[in-house]
Amino acid sequence: MKRRRLEHSSEVHLRNAPLPALEWERASVILGVAVRALLPLLLLFSIFLLLRGHHAPGGGFIGGLVAAAAVALYALAYGATAAQQLLRLSPRGLVAAGLATALASALVGPLTGAPFLTGRWMKVGRLELGTPLLFDVGVFLVVIGVTLWIVLTLAEE
Amino acid sequence: MDVLLAVLSGFLLAPLAPWLDRRLGKRWGWMWALVPLGLLLFFLRFVPALARGEAFTRRLPWIPRLDVHLSFHLDGLSVLFALLISGIGVFIFLYAACYLEGHPHRGRFFLSLLGFMASMLGLVLADNAIALFVFWELTSLSSYLLIGFEHERERARSAALQALLVTGAGGLALLAGWLLLGQIGGGIELSQWRHQREQLIVHPHAEWALALILLGAFTKSAQFPFHFWLPNAMEAPTPVSAYLHSATMVKAGVYLLARLQPIFGGTELWNATIVPVGAVTLSLGALLAVRQREAKRLLAYSTVSALGVLTLLLGVGTPTAVMAAMVFLLAHALYKAALFLIAGIWDHEMGAREPERLAGLRRTMPITTAAAVLAAASLAGLPPSLGFLSKELFYEALRTAPRWPLLLLANAVLAGMALVAVAGLMGVRPFFGRGPIELQPRHEAPWPLWLGPSLLSLGGTISGLWPASLERMLLNPAITAVLGESVHTHLALWPGLNPVLLLSVLTIVGGIGMYAGRGIVRAPALPSVLARFAPSAAYASLLNGIYVLARLQTRVLQSGHLRYYLLTIIAWTVSIVGYPLVTRADGVALRRPAPEHVLDIGLALIIPLAALAAVRFTSRLAAIATLGVVGYAIALLYMIFGAPDLALTQFMVESLTVILFVLIFYHLPRFTTLSGRWARARDVVVSLLAGGMVSGLVLSILGMSPPDAISEYFVHKSVPEAHGRNVVNVILVDFRALDTLGEITVLALAGLGVYALMRLRVEE
Amino acid sequence: MELLLAIVIGSLYATGLYMLLRRSVVKLIIGLGLLSNGSNLLIFTIGRLVRGRPPIVPEGESSVPSPFADPLPQALILTAIVISFGVLAFALVLIHRAYQKVGTDDLDDLKTTDM
Repeated sequence: MKRRRLEHSSEVHLRNAPLPALEWERASVILGVAVRALLPLLLLFSIFLLLRGHHAPGGGFIGGLVAAAAVALYALAYGATAAQQLLRLSPRGLVAAGLATALASALVGPLTGAPFLTGRWMKVGRLELGTPLLFDVGVFLVVIGVTLWIVLTLAEE
Repeated sequence: MDVLLAVLSGFLLAPLAPWLDRRLGKRWGWMWALVPLGLLLFFLRFVPALARGEAFTRRLPWIPRLDVHLSFHLDGLSVLFALLISGIGVFIFLYAACYLEGHPHRGRFFLSLLGFMASMLGLVLADNAIALFVFWELTSLSSYLLIGFEHERERARSAALQALLVTGAGGLALLAGWLLLGQIGGGIELSQWRHQREQLIVHPHAEWALALILLGAFTKSAQFPFHFWLPNAMEAPTPVSAYLHSATMVKAGVYLLARLQPIFGGTELWNATIVPVGAVTLSLGALLAVRQREAKRLLAYSTVSALGVLTLLLGVGTPTAVMAAMVFLLAHALYKAALFLIAGIWDHEMGAREPERLAGLRRTMPITTAAAVLAAASLAGLPPSLGFLSKELFYEALRTAPRWPLLLLANAVLAGMALVAVAGLMGVRPFFGRGPIELQPRHEAPWPLWLGPSLLSLGGTISGLWPASLERMLLNPAITAVLGESVHTHLALWPGLNPVLLLSVLTIVGGIGMYAGRGIVRAPALPSVLARFAPSAAYASLLNGIYVLARLQTRVLQSGHLRYYLLTIIAWTVSIVGYPLVTRADGVALRRPAPEHVLDIGLALIIPLAALAAVRFTSRLAAIATLGVVGYAIALLYMIFGAPDLALTQFMVESLTVILFVLIFYHLPRFTTLSGRWARARDVVVSLLAGGMVSGLVLSILGMSPPDAISEYFVHKSVPEAHGRNVVNVILVDFRALDTLGEITVLALAGLGVYALMRLRVEE
Repeated sequence: MELLLAIVIGSLYATGLYMLLRRSVVKLIIGLGLLSNGSNLLIFTIGRLVRGRPPIVPEGESSVPSPFADPLPQALILTAIVISFGVLAFALVLIHRAYQKVGTDDLDDLKTTDM
């Protein structure tokens, strides 16, 4: 008896709820314009943060969060479907790609006769490239993927 | 073949048993007997060398750092047991294959039985005390599985549990005793302890160690007051009762006593404990046996009695007593296994196990009858059986015992009479007695069933007639191993007219009288007052007490309310961390405290205020906003104190959290105040105490010198080894990359969890 | 400053735990947020406070000149921040779904298992 009453009350609550968040957001023109201008800048900035992370503040976690925030803002302004189209890749795919990248960088060690996750480096001109950087790219992708996975899933509600 | 392989072969075969058994099918089931037969032949090879006084040791490191090895020691005693285990095993395996023919779980049965045989062999051959303990517990476990084989029956399950709890608890005591002895002796090899007798027994803890070990031996060998599990274990299929619960496993405790004889034999505690326990078990078992109407329970109680005999003899510990024990060990294994198997034949052919419901079986079952008569003669101690020889030796050992010879003798003769009556019930009544013949069999039992009992009981008679080679090859090496010195005995069927022979005659005459008047022995019901204090009642109330306690603590601790769990955890943490903080704090001295700036003070004020506001606000939006204020302020603190990476991360996460809240906000329930005034006051107090404790903890940790070694290492190795100047990032992607790999996996799982919760909905 | 931060951390713990002890389910989220911030700050503070000297090796050098902020707690906290974001999101969604399904925000009504 009690259970029935509770279900009923939740229906009432849902009917009385204000407009869904997305419609309200879509009305905000300023946000839309700002996001359009900011998005490429933020994405570039996130890659910059990722690449400089090994020597200065930044790295995969921070870069990933910045990129995810940029796309999330876009989703707020234009809706989840638009953000999904912009992204091309599904967040799930990003997560999988990120985990695979991190794992691949970890496996370079065993494949060259060193323990798991051993850092391996090579010089290309003046640039130093190494498996830790690849690992950081994996982290970057996982962070973007997970954050957007959560945000877009909720935005579609 | 190696000893190690011999012991482990059962374990290796066991997992294959269900599959193998299906392949063997109905016609080839007897092939199972080849496994113990192979082992029997293997161990027989050692006999000539052992008779010459040699011994064998094989050692394989197992956990060397803990001094635990798979080490095996083959001497007269262990090989005698190994021969019993494998030899009787041959007939048991053969019998069981026929007995359980067509049973859907025969393969599973052989799995447990093989596991048991291997554990039992390991137990008697092991030299390392820890290895012995492991095998000891494995026999308890396999016994549990075998007693509970017909697990659909409630009684089988509870009997299995009872046996496991009693012997398992004893096993734990044994382990404790071993460890204590290892502390004293500085090693855990039995062969080493045998050479340390003088050093071990004078140690003040030696008696504790012995008491614990004895607890293990007594529970396993069903000594009073732990005897009650054995009759209940008769819920097992009959081959199991014959094998585990009469011939082998229950002898493990006796084996242990024999093994320890060279170390503890003759000490005060040894004599004062083992002799009375054995004597009480001996007569109690025999008298209770006569009271039983069902063959397996009857045999179980007589086994209890026999175990009492062995214990008593090892407690007395004179050379005659040890010799009597070894002869009786062999005699008992032969006749008791045979009698159990015969009871199984009744059950299998007629579906009845009560000797007094059966009559005139001799007409259609001549072979079974002959086997039963021979086995019963050995049980009763009639010449020319091995049982007669052992009984003579038994009385002789008691007559010459250093303490209480008359009392022990009187007790033994009384028990002997009862066992004669038992022999009459098992070997005479069903075969020769007259009575209703509704349970008359049409034909003899199939050969796999009668072969075992016939050969076993025949062996008991032949070895009684010609004991000399048995004595030289098996018994003398065993006695030598127990006593630690070489002894030469002389067994003879006709020892001459002496007081012991007279006692034997008295026993038989009295036994016949007791058989005739068994109605009188059975008549008086046990007074109910006494029954309440019986050991089995104590077991029941102990078990029940554990259940009551479990229910009580579940009701108290598992309320189902999150906040009470939290309250318990918080209160407990606050008290155990807070107590030393308050009592031991003698002023906190900060090392190099950082000076305050205006901005810091501002932030340090904003954070608590915002947190307080988050608690106080009744609007969700306001609470979330203040939570954001806390986060951004902390990000600024990170910035100020040299952690730009943290500051950036925190800023980004706070922003994303805001987005998240915006998305889900209107779907969330509103804030409501559900707790009462008193509950809120209580929570305020608890939270303030916890917060205060954390503050105190921070200050006291800051008073200590920080462990810099790890960070120093990272800072110095960062550029040369990891080619990165941002040490924080280098730690994340290089030094501690495995942690990060785990963390991004967790993150991926959180994403998956959110997705699954929102998308995958069960149809309503 | 350490004394001040100790008080700040204590206040975050006190408020966070108080919110976790509420019966109203949304308040648990706020409590979780406060508590994870408090824990991060705790690890940071007991690491050692050094003003304005991040653990970054200057160009051309092989090591960070002392004193520097401890990098190890920073690495721990960095992942902790990101993971607590994941946990917060998960908790939010869990509560949202439970509320949708059961229609109550009282934890006492959520204690039976069969719905």
